[in-house]
Amino acid sequence: MNVTSTPESDEETSRSGSWLVDGGLPSPSYELPSKGDVYPVEPNEDEVWRFPVLDPDWGQVEDDEPSGFRSHTLSMLVNDAPGVLNRVTGVFARRGYNIQSLAVGPAEKPGISRITTVVPGTDESIKKLLTQILKVIDVLKVQDLTHIPFAERELVLIKIAASSKERRDILDVAAIFRAKTVDLSDHSITLEMTGDLEKAAALQRLLQQYGIVEVARTGRVALVRESGVNTKYLGTQELVNKFI
Amino acid sequence: MALTMSQAFCGHASSSQISYIVSVASQVTISGEQHCGKCFFSAVPCVPRDFHGTWNPRYISIEKPQFRFRCALKDPAESNFFTATANVQTLELPLAPEKGAFKSRFADDEPRKGSDILVEALEREGVTDVFAYPGGASMEIHQALTRSNTIRNVLCRHEQGEVFAAEGYARASGKVGVCIATSGPGATNLVTGLADALLDSTPIVAITGQVPRRMIGTDAFQETPIVEVTRSITKHNYLILNIEDIPRVIREAFFLAASGRPGPVLVDIPKDVQQQMSIPDWGQPMKLHGYLERLPKPPLFSQLEQIIRLIVGSRRPVIYCGGGCMNSSKELREFVDLTGIPVTTTFMGLGVFPSSDDRCLRMLGMHGTVYANYSVDKADLLLAFGVRFDDRVTGKLETFASRASIVHIDLDPAEIGKNKQPHVSLCADVQLALQGINHLIKSQNLSFDFSAWMKELNEQKTKWPLSYPQDEDFISPQEAIEVLYDVTQGNAIIATGVGQHQMWAAQWFKYDKPRQWLSSGGLGSMGFGLPAALGAAVTNPGVPVVDIDGDGSFLMNVQELATICVEQLPVKIMILNNQHLGMVVQWEDRFYKGNRAHTYLGDPRNEEAIFPDFLKMAEGCKIPSARVKRKSDLRSAIELMLETPGPYLLDVIVPHQEHVLPMIPSGGSFNDIITEGDGRRIY
Repeated sequence: MNVTSTPESDEETSRSGSWLVDGGLPSPSYELPSKGDVYPVEPNEDEVWRFPVLDPDWGQVEDDEPSGFRSHTLSMLVNDAPGVLNRVTGVFARRGYNIQSLAVGPAEKPGISRITTVVPGTDESIKKLLTQILKVIDVLKVQDLTHIPFAERELVLIKIAASSKERRDILDVAAIFRAKTVDLSDHSITLEMTGDLEKAAALQRLLQQYGIVEVARTGRVALVRESGVNTKYLGTQELVNKFI
Repeated sequence: MALTMSQAFCGHASSSQISYIVSVASQVTISGEQHCGKCFFSAVPCVPRDFHGTWNPRYISIEKPQFRFRCALKDPAESNFFTATANVQTLELPLAPEKGAFKSRFADDEPRKGSDILVEALEREGVTDVFAYPGGASMEIHQALTRSNTIRNVLCRHEQGEVFAAEGYARASGKVGVCIATSGPGATNLVTGLADALLDSTPIVAITGQVPRRMIGTDAFQETPIVEVTRSITKHNYLILNIEDIPRVIREAFFLAASGRPGPVLVDIPKDVQQQMSIPDWGQPMKLHGYLERLPKPPLFSQLEQIIRLIVGSRRPVIYCGGGCMNSSKELREFVDLTGIPVTTTFMGLGVFPSSDDRCLRMLGMHGTVYANYSVDKADLLLAFGVRFDDRVTGKLETFASRASIVHIDLDPAEIGKNKQPHVSLCADVQLALQGINHLIKSQNLSFDFSAWMKELNEQKTKWPLSYPQDEDFISPQEAIEVLYDVTQGNAIIATGVGQHQMWAAQWFKYDKPRQWLSSGGLGSMGFGLPAALGAAVTNPGVPVVDIDGDGSFLMNVQELATICVEQLPVKIMILNNQHLGMVVQWEDRFYKGNRAHTYLGDPRNEEAIFPDFLKMAEGCKIPSARVKRKSDLRSAIELMLETPGPYLLDVIVPHQEHVLPMIPSGGSFNDIITEGDGRRIY
């Protein structure tokens, strides 16, 4: 296929079917001869950018996608030194991985920090990412928590536009979610809520109708469950039936 | 520098100097008389044996490997094997140098400048040559270097030249190359070299000056945040903010550069730290616990048995080896002698297996030989040792070695499974793995017969040899390299720039020993040839150092002509001058219908004359030079070049219509291989 634009192909736009000229996507059966240094853009190449980073729900990514693309929770221990966070996030950027959330803080031993991050990807791509992170000298340990039972929490501060009329309803919702009021003014309420992803997403969805002014989320922090109990399955019908 | 060990890994006590077989790093050479002599496995993986300096690796705590092994006694008097139980002592490594072995210029309690501490730290690492260019922020270091008695400075005329020279030094000698630059523009000129060292896994330590600490972050004069800039292109980097850290950081820097998968390390030292007075503590331990734990362990026999079983069951095996085998040449040759498996090397691995051997299939990949690519395409077992399945080698990943089971042995765990998923993988040093495999094969008395496969490959060799169209009058560039090989008998260190001349130098010069071939592989940076050749010449290799360069690549670091003249380094420069940017011209011919887009390097107003005149440039730097245009003059010109003592420049005029063949276009498979044609046809 001639990929340079010559006068002949310009004339024969409708007949040539050259995908460069009419701007359409190549048909699936189109086979690019490898006699060129051409890298055609495939329609569904960039999965990573499909999922918006700031979407409060991430609900789509949590479920089991057929391609195996889901959010992975990674927990790593690093030396507490200036620039370490930059080194680690530099690996993500260099290798083309997206960070959905990032939480850093001191770990159990002094001089060591724990970084908890949520990264979308397939199992294989995350495995490759882990080997790359392990190359960073200051990293001590990396663990992918996604497939083992882990406890995860997140702190959310939500500022909702609320006049005195809506205040009662909002405070009711807050009471149900066990969220605390941290600030009150004549036109807004700021709520603080701690919980896992589903709780945070549910609260935000419910409060959306009142008008959310600002949201500040800390990002997921997670630790492995020593008990080995995966609470996700605790609420299913089978288990309930077992105990009846 | 051999290190003493009280008791070797296998439990054999020996009073002689033992250096354990350690892997990877640039320094390792195993010589029989220097290790235990009784067994071959080492305790300390991936730590350079010849790690400069006074540290005593006697103690390192590692987990006990869970295997027992037979130990073949090398003493011919003992004719029977004995089984040594691997009650491996946990050896403790104190990560701190032993006191008393190094004679310092200063008294123990004498305070001295930070720059003197830095220079002494370099001396303790065994550094003898540095490539440094002075500037405001690194002046103190240069003053301290003048006070040093053992370190010699080679003043290259551009920081890019000095970092490439440090690379050439490291690649040719196996030691860590050191370059020093000033802050700001000096440091940013090192960037290309650091990226090149990272992609080709070359051990270098770059030391840069920095503005005083209180001025960092204020956009001071000649300030660049070089640590931030080079974060992703170095293996690790340091900004020294405390003078007490200098000894520890330099030790860590050299250790990181040389151990595991080697790479560049940058150390940034602010000027006020260089000028501060202090008494150094040389006994500080390194703080690299995570890294040391993650260094790959020696391979287990069970893993090696698995590989041997695969070899036994295969009928068409091929060894695909590369830069990771640089220290395993001897073991690889023994392995091929035991098994008879044909070997194909990557670009970085040229010389690891002697190219003049019958079983060597030369280079594979985009510009590799047809028979090498054929062998990989048709193989049923691909033994990948010290390679990373780079796209220049594999082309289309799905069709690369599609019929083969892949065995991948590499030191870097991130490379295993990165591009191509292997069926059996082993993250260990290739040298240790091959030693183990050789030992197992010998102890089990296995014999292999791949003669049918070799016959098939020899047929392909005769059917598709490397060839080029001969001309009566003009010098073919391939021929120039062939004549050079003939005259030197293959005993030369070849450095190249990047482009067509580089590919021809890889194809037409036969490399029989490792560390003979210095070329920018992963990054492919032009201008690599001359500085790398001068770095190699600094190591005093004893063989001629020839820089086969192109006119484009040579012009990029032409200022180093001044360096080789002043230092009288015997670098022979052979420029294959076709007045064009050859490789880009080739791609324009093949894929862009010959449309020349800024690839003519001559003077368009006078296309007849050779422009620029490299002879005049050499004359300006007092370097003897000559130009050769006719085939009949070629051999005598090359002989004159090699006989003349000191630096020499030979300008070989070649036609620009030549193409590097064979060629597999990028992203192509073996079936897309192009074996014919040149720039005289329109595609």
